[in-house]
Amino acid sequence: MRNAAWISVRLRQWGVALVAIVVTLSLAAASGVNGQSSSGGQEPRKDDGKKPPPGRGGMSRPNDNPFPSTYTPPPAPAFVIRNATIMTAAGPSIRSGSVLVQDGRIAAVGERIDVPGGAIVVDGTGKFVTPGIIDVHSHLGVYAAPSAPANSDGNEATAPTTAQVWAEHSVWPQDPQFPLVLEGGITTLQILPGSANLIGGRSVVLKPVPARTVQEMKYPGAKYGLKMACGENPKRVYQQRGPSTRMGNVAGYRDAWIQAERYRRRWDKWLADGEGDAPDRNLGLETLAEALRGNILVHNHCYRADEMAQMIDIAKEFGYTIRSFHHAVEAYKVADLLAREKIAASVWADWGAFKMESMDAVQANAALVHAAGGRAIIHSDDPSDSQRLNQEAAKALAAGRAAGLTISDDDAIRWVTANAAWALGLDDQIGAIAQGRHADLVLWSASPLSVYARAERVWIDGVQRFDRSSPDTWWQTDFDLGFVHPAGEAR
Amino acid sequence: MRHLPRSNPVTRLVALLTLTAAAIAAPAGAQTLAITNARIHPVSAPPIENGTVLIVDGTIKAVGAQVIVPAGATRIDAAGQWVTPGLVNASTRLGLVEIGSIDDTNDARARGIEQVAAALEPWKALNIDSVLWTPAREQGVTSVVTMPTGGLIAGQAALVDTAPSAAVSVRLAPVAMRASLSDPDAGNTRSRAELVLRLREVLQDAVAFAASRQAYETGDTRSFSTSRLHLEALGPVIRGELPLLVAVDRRAEIVSALDLAREFKLRLIVLGGAEAWMVADRLAAGRVPVLTAGLDNIPQSFAALGTRQENAALLQKAGVPVAIIADAGETFRVHRIRQHAGIAVAAGLPWDEALKAVTLTPAQIFGAADRIGSLQPGKDANLVVWSGDPFELSTRATHVFIRGRELDERSRQERLVEKYKQAR
Repeated sequence: MRNAAWISVRLRQWGVALVAIVVTLSLAAASGVNGQSSSGGQEPRKDDGKKPPPGRGGMSRPNDNPFPSTYTPPPAPAFVIRNATIMTAAGPSIRSGSVLVQDGRIAAVGERIDVPGGAIVVDGTGKFVTPGIIDVHSHLGVYAAPSAPANSDGNEATAPTTAQVWAEHSVWPQDPQFPLVLEGGITTLQILPGSANLIGGRSVVLKPVPARTVQEMKYPGAKYGLKMACGENPKRVYQQRGPSTRMGNVAGYRDAWIQAERYRRRWDKWLADGEGDAPDRNLGLETLAEALRGNILVHNHCYRADEMAQMIDIAKEFGYTIRSFHHAVEAYKVADLLAREKIAASVWADWGAFKMESMDAVQANAALVHAAGGRAIIHSDDPSDSQRLNQEAAKALAAGRAAGLTISDDDAIRWVTANAAWALGLDDQIGAIAQGRHADLVLWSASPLSVYARAERVWIDGVQRFDRSSPDTWWQTDFDLGFVHPAGEAR
Repeated sequence: MRHLPRSNPVTRLVALLTLTAAAIAAPAGAQTLAITNARIHPVSAPPIENGTVLIVDGTIKAVGAQVIVPAGATRIDAAGQWVTPGLVNASTRLGLVEIGSIDDTNDARARGIEQVAAALEPWKALNIDSVLWTPAREQGVTSVVTMPTGGLIAGQAALVDTAPSAAVSVRLAPVAMRASLSDPDAGNTRSRAELVLRLREVLQDAVAFAASRQAYETGDTRSFSTSRLHLEALGPVIRGELPLLVAVDRRAEIVSALDLAREFKLRLIVLGGAEAWMVADRLAAGRVPVLTAGLDNIPQSFAALGTRQENAALLQKAGVPVAIIADAGETFRVHRIRQHAGIAVAAGLPWDEALKAVTLTPAQIFGAADRIGSLQPGKDANLVVWSGDPFELSTRATHVFIRGRELDERSRQERLVEKYKQAR
């Protein structure tokens, strides 16, 4: 058994090497045909060169990026925020620090930095700066406000496995909730399909910026995510047709991965040797095959500790990795396992008891994961909490300290910035204030861990997208016009 | 019957059983407790630096900077800490709902008759053993209004301390009759106008029923839209003794409720009131209290397109009595009124008013201000010692007292944390 497994691994690595060559060639060809290559795949990825080999399987599908991002930040002047407390999420806070932004990137950060003449100066005295807040679990756009069947586009609850659907095809860019999260300091959101299905489809990573199309909001080059869901939701939704039990759920995942693995092999072989007709495409299996190749990150809604352990075994059985468990209400019970497997726990700080599997929710969940050496993330799954992820982190921090754990304020900020960036595979680009990173920044009126703090200004890629002091400039979606009463200067 | 509000005699009062209450509040002999060196926010008076609260037998005896602590009193040195009245969450389902999705643990609903369940007294089935009392209490919430939900008239609400016991489970009940004018389908209806029509019909029938009580028994009345028990239960409402608490969001819904209140001379309480700020002057003129969240700003429904975080601040400024709630009907997150109050402050509500909106104002709205809601001699010692500003997310409640008794048993959550912290 052991040998057989080893051989199959070797064969896969060989296949991958061949695929990589083909990919390089076809990429060159594709960019020639299209005139410009999609922005997808152009950003440097930290994972490249690590465990999935570079470009592994990247073009094993006929079209790598059929809905390319058209997000292009407008040019913005250089600026410096001076004399603020900078919570960098890369190291300890800098008191009386400065951040210089040029060409959409962090050019310098520190106590004393050289500022070129002409840079706009933002006085940060008494204020705080953090990286833009990242919400790894949002349904904005797919469950737009106002809530109505017409706006309910988050669950393709017609079959337990719908890997073929993509959340971006449900996103309504005029959802009036987008400006609200921006005003709460959010600069990156992962929009996921809902949790009705065992395998719910692809997520998409967006920036909350005014747009007419979802493509204009798409984070260029961000990997897709795959939404999977454990436990009560799928078995409740499919009670009649099945799965109707947790064991039925597990059979469903395994069945899907068996098909996906066969599909991946067939396509990888054809891409390597090009013999005969290409195999038939199957959108669902295409997505799953990409998850098997490591090109799509698996985000697994899972509440209970025992179910998380089973999902880890399933991932090992089929050779994929789980990037993050979501909700992970019982992550604290298996914090050691999650740390060992390097799986992030994206959790709430302050929600539970709404269903059986959420009964053991504790406010200290994130803190306990953190203390065990794991990667804790505070997520929202909620358009209200998403506006205050910093406050949710503060609650989780307070609960951790009350439980006797030693956690710094900076650690808590990482739960909604650096760690979240890692879960999205974007930790080399966003989630920290460090030279070369994208200039996604929030200027807070006070410590972001205070209930009284408000985001005063928000920048995405160095472009100011929100300034609380100038209401005339606030983003209004089309829906806001006329329907939603203008909030006025007190907003 | 010391809990009877003098100006508004409430009928069918399930008040404290005086003897039993005394037995619980003051175990064996006179118990004297002094909380000293604290920053005290009595709510009914300006803050006191380095003050003392003196509690004797579960009742506040003195509050001030110059209080003499009797010899033999138990002392809690609260240097650097804050003392406030216990918080009151005016819209919960505590003790009625344990786990939201499990029907067997939901006792906040009734089938009623055509969506009318006025006679429902959910506290009769109050689960004093719910595991959710402790998490609420340990974050400083000492009293809650717990109420049924659903339908046109959901039933009656009770004011309960978060230390329920077999002997004393309910502080005051009923404190309100809950109805809804915000869901067009709530009364087996198809529009808001029909919903108003249904409620008017039921109220008219309650008036007619009360006027022809004898004739009803002999079958000499016209037929009524609902049954005897429900009509009877509405008696105190149409007599203006028991407030009608109406869930409303849209401006038009609020105006409908105000019109009904005028027509039937009702005491009205607005629940939710997303767009209440638009009719703040009219609410203020009628002294109609509003129970509203402190952080809602999402146009989550077409009835709440005007939702904004400044609602509480604008209402307070206009002179409307405001109680800050979290989500209506909370169970697990009852404590969230702390955060809601803090956010309301960030959105313009003066801090003192925010504290009042989670203490004295809800106590006044529900007729319990003679006992709770502020730190005044003679009131029940429902109070909290905090490590700092009660609205700050880093602040912990260090001591929680209900009727002078300190409650510090660990919640289920704390026990889980302890178990798994050690397991590693």
